[in-house]
Amino acid sequence: MSSSATRSAAREDAFRLLFATRIAVLDGAMGSMIQTFKLEEPDFRGTRFLAHPHDLKGNNDLLSLTRPDVIESIHADYFAAGADIVETNTFSSTSIAMADYRCEPLVREINLAAVACARRAADRAEAADPSRLRFVAGAIGPLNRTLSMSPDVNRPDYRAVTWDDVVAAYTEQIDALLDAGVDALLVETIFDTLNAKAALFAIDQVFDRRGNDSRVPVMVSVTITDASGRTLSGQTIGAFFASIAHARPFSVGINCALGGAAMRPYVEELAGLADCYTSCYPNAGLPNAFGGYDEAPADMAKVLGEFAANGWVNLVGGCCGSTPAHIAAIAQAVKGRAPRMVPQAARALRLSGLEPLAVA
Amino acid sequence: MSNSASSSAASTFLVIGERTNITGSPKFAKALKAGDWDACLAIARQQVESGANIIDINVDEALIDGEATMVKFLNLIAAEPEISRVPIMLDSSKWTVLEKGLQCLQGKGIVNSISLKDGETEFLRRARLIRRYGAAAVVMAFDEQGQAATRDEKVRICTRAYNLLVQQAGFPPEDIIFDPNILTVATGIEEHNNYAVDFFEATAIIKRTLPHAKVSGGVSNVSFSFRGNNPVREAMHTAFLYHAIREGMDMAIVNAGMLGVYQEIAPALLEKVEDVLLNRRPDATERLVAFAETLKSESGGTKTPNAEPEAAAWRNASVEERLKHALVKGIDAFVDVDTEEARLKYARPLEIIEGPLMDGMRVVGDLFGAGKMFLPQVVKSARVMKRSVAYLTPFMEEEKKRLAAAGTASRANGRVLMATVKGDVHDIGKNIVGVVLACNNYEVTDLGVMVPADKILAVAREKQVDVIGLSGLITPSLDEMVHVAKEMKRQGFDIPLLIGGATTSPAHTAVKIAPEYAPGVVHVLDASRVVNVVSALLSPEQKPAFMAETTAKQERQRVEFGERQSKRPVLPLAAARARKPVFDWSTADIPRPDFLGTRVFSTSADRSLNPQLSTLNLSDIVAYIDWGPFFSAWELHGRFPDILKDEVVGTEATKLFADAQKLLARIVAEKRFTANAVLGFWPANAVGDSIEVYADETRSRVLERFHCLRQQLEKPANQFNHSLADYLAPRDSGRLDYVGGFAVTAGHGVEEFAAEFKAVHDDYSAIMAQALGDRLAEALAEMMHKKAREFCGYGRTENLAMKDIIREKYRGIRPAPGYPACPDHTEKPTLFRLLDATDATGIVLTESCAMHPASSVSGLYFNHPESKYFAVGKIGKDQIEDYAARKGLTVAETERWLGPYLDYNPA
Repeated sequence: MSSSATRSAAREDAFRLLFATRIAVLDGAMGSMIQTFKLEEPDFRGTRFLAHPHDLKGNNDLLSLTRPDVIESIHADYFAAGADIVETNTFSSTSIAMADYRCEPLVREINLAAVACARRAADRAEAADPSRLRFVAGAIGPLNRTLSMSPDVNRPDYRAVTWDDVVAAYTEQIDALLDAGVDALLVETIFDTLNAKAALFAIDQVFDRRGNDSRVPVMVSVTITDASGRTLSGQTIGAFFASIAHARPFSVGINCALGGAAMRPYVEELAGLADCYTSCYPNAGLPNAFGGYDEAPADMAKVLGEFAANGWVNLVGGCCGSTPAHIAAIAQAVKGRAPRMVPQAARALRLSGLEPLAVA
Repeated sequence: MSNSASSSAASTFLVIGERTNITGSPKFAKALKAGDWDACLAIARQQVESGANIIDINVDEALIDGEATMVKFLNLIAAEPEISRVPIMLDSSKWTVLEKGLQCLQGKGIVNSISLKDGETEFLRRARLIRRYGAAAVVMAFDEQGQAATRDEKVRICTRAYNLLVQQAGFPPEDIIFDPNILTVATGIEEHNNYAVDFFEATAIIKRTLPHAKVSGGVSNVSFSFRGNNPVREAMHTAFLYHAIREGMDMAIVNAGMLGVYQEIAPALLEKVEDVLLNRRPDATERLVAFAETLKSESGGTKTPNAEPEAAAWRNASVEERLKHALVKGIDAFVDVDTEEARLKYARPLEIIEGPLMDGMRVVGDLFGAGKMFLPQVVKSARVMKRSVAYLTPFMEEEKKRLAAAGTASRANGRVLMATVKGDVHDIGKNIVGVVLACNNYEVTDLGVMVPADKILAVAREKQVDVIGLSGLITPSLDEMVHVAKEMKRQGFDIPLLIGGATTSPAHTAVKIAPEYAPGVVHVLDASRVVNVVSALLSPEQKPAFMAETTAKQERQRVEFGERQSKRPVLPLAAARARKPVFDWSTADIPRPDFLGTRVFSTSADRSLNPQLSTLNLSDIVAYIDWGPFFSAWELHGRFPDILKDEVVGTEATKLFADAQKLLARIVAEKRFTANAVLGFWPANAVGDSIEVYADETRSRVLERFHCLRQQLEKPANQFNHSLADYLAPRDSGRLDYVGGFAVTAGHGVEEFAAEFKAVHDDYSAIMAQALGDRLAEALAEMMHKKAREFCGYGRTENLAMKDIIREKYRGIRPAPGYPACPDHTEKPTLFRLLDATDATGIVLTESCAMHPASSVSGLYFNHPESKYFAVGKIGKDQIEDYAARKGLTVAETERWLGPYLDYNPA
């Protein structure tokens, strides 16, 4: 990789300084923004994939190769709205997820292109307003196959994928993201902690292989699926944190599935127990009957502004249904608010099943 | 809400279920080999239900594919939320099986085990992988040479493993769980006799010297010699755990069904079991084996539920006693029969619940709180309780209907929502309250345990309840209750909130919860009060008065609480004296010391020079050291030994402590310090706030007078304004009393030793030497106080453990001039004259009444059973004038000596 793509120590210092001094702002949804471009099959194929043997419409991550202009402009809009960090368009850029479109051989290329789109938008934003740096976080999604649950109700012990498959798939993606020079990795929308643990295992292994200089902050974000307050795989927020804390994440948070108001108790609980930064980027409410999202920018900003006022968060942004207008309102709502103070957790053996168990 | 069990050592002790271990459970082995997965899951579920905090899974068997079986079983468990809610301990001797298991755990589990058996490289490789997988590890006390059997081998291997893990593998110390090998005792082989003691002692040392590390072990092994004799095995396991937990063991792999209650082990059996475990006599094994034979024959060789020969005798007791026994032992075989018998005997079913059942649960709570019962046993007791209540419920329903038909009661009096708050699992007390309310015709919705705030409030809204009741037994529940109150306010609730449970109190409710929720928070002491409270709250006529009274009471409690922090006024001296504690001197126990006059002690006792001298040994004094202040001297703050594990200073404190031990050993071995002591007793009586010391029993000549100061700050009505003079019989009481005094030093040699270090620029060791000198002086003071209590008689039978001596749990005090109870340093010359202390000990008083050498302590002995340490605190001008007159000093001089204590600005 060229030296310009290599992450510099100065950028990492600036990234850490950002969190030390204020509440950072993440971008909003990628998918709902892509929808506004009303792209069709030819847009997804471009000229390169005219002969691809499988439909490609819906493979949003491929657009980093075929419509980089669209992806870059979405990133640019979020930076303009006030985001400090954007997520790369790589939510499904693993060989396991890409298998649905028979795009497995493109994984490395898609990840490199996605980081390049985000980085170009960041460089432009920095050139226009050099007062602050803009960061790129490599998004690592949850996969469409899960290690903790069987897809077949009659065979509860069956798994559609193995640990080694998952670690290998994540390793390929992580190497590409790091090669392309992301400022951080963001393991997100975790609904099965075991998949996330495999991603974190792969990250640690990759860092180890590439050497200590290759380490970047690792951010983690879980999805609480409904009002039961648990992940899809059944863990409480406390059990989840105990399960991933060994990775010493830079931040941990909650995203997707719910609107901010419904996340309230879990955000509060996490803020009390996590000995690292915390994040929250909810959906713009729950999906309505038309698959759209109803929460206006002011609604989201009110909820996240209250979380900020309560000292619960260090990073805020939006997930499904949010737009640059939402991010602008959120950035305004947390402006000048003190970031959450990271509490020091008492040293204890913290185990978990679906529920946490601490031994002081 | 009257279950009095508190969070204690026993309640934080973790039980690891061993029944899903193929080597420990024939039933599991059979099911696994037969591929009967439902049966395997049932065993796992049963363990969790009976209270296992963690389940151990071991499928090591020659004919089984360990990797595939482990994966399949773990995947099946993942689909069973009732099982997978607890963490899993992966147990195998094969690393490949452990690693496959790690790839199936979404939670943070434990690997059991790794060790140095295969060398450092492999040990560290596995440790790093475990860390990457996100698990904790059991580390066996096993190295290249084999298994550690003795205390020192266990400690050495664990220490080596700890240092490797923490320093080289970056392994968090809190994720290390040592298994120092529980080996079989009473095998008839003499070398095995001390195995349990070795384990206990190794555990204590590991917990003290390897910060944050945990200790676990497989208990069943200890009793292997007695397989087939379950009463003996159960008693051995119970007693073993009792002692191991006291030494700091955090968790154990046990068969929860094979655990008894320590206190309930028949004394004859316990004595023989403990003789074996504690290696108390050479013939311990033969005696236990012989006794075990009689047990076997008495019980006809069958398994009895308890290790008592008279196992079935309890069935002959009264029905109340039987219910209590069943609750304490967790025996549910007879509960329906006994409950029915009680029902016929009592007028109303509710009286059985409030009477014998609650009595039994109180015993359970007390035993649990005292660390003599473990959680699984409490769960069993609760089950008996619930079965009994379930039996009674239809009768109570019927009673309600009868009353309704008679027109006494028609519709529900109101709706009450009850829940044990998030993070807490205790619900026995809450269930009792629920039953009591239901019997009084309230409609009760019980959300169970671990209920988050939003759920409580959502249901409260949906059911339109009139009152919410929160229960909790562990301390963190208090914060959660505050949280619920805040949420109720935020969500605009206006119904009353009731607070109950063993950890709650009226004061906490008033200070912390009530201010968060204006519509009313009421603390309910126990089930017997709840009906009155709820009926008052739901009656429009009574509610205003009741709430006004509650609010006023809470306001008073807040004021009282606040006052404890804010400045209190000084009373006139006469008023303070009128508030002195009143003792009945006509009946007071006043010991007469064995001798009057002084005795001298020294480590350099040269009896040829002074035949009156008694010998001291430095090594004897060391045992009396209180290490707490040692760390304060180094500006490390925290309680000993917890400070060794402190988040912030633990590492430093541990190093410091190790260095101190090393230097102390040198001081003792090389006799670097000389310790001298003198103590004495004299006839004495109080006259006003002064103490007259007489030349002899005739009490005709006053040798010296001690002058005491009295607390003058205003205090609550039920407290006194103390002065040391109160602890001696007043002269006009006619009783003959005695005061003691002492001066001790460990300081001779300290400065010289420190100077040696300073000469080589080792200030660390120099300061250490001085700090140890101070500790030895304080320890010598403690040791001499013990002797003084023995000289006075009552000390000979006090029978206290060293740690309780160090915590001063004995009768009597030894206040030192210049300290809070006696802030005037100028009392020292009086004391020194009486003791002839300078000649006896070499301690010299400086012009400011400081003792030289510095590592010295002096003070008075008071024997009064009620005597206690207090701080005199601020003093008014009237007392200073009175005190100056008594001492024959000018007011200005007195003010100078007592400057920091004056409540006024001296002219």
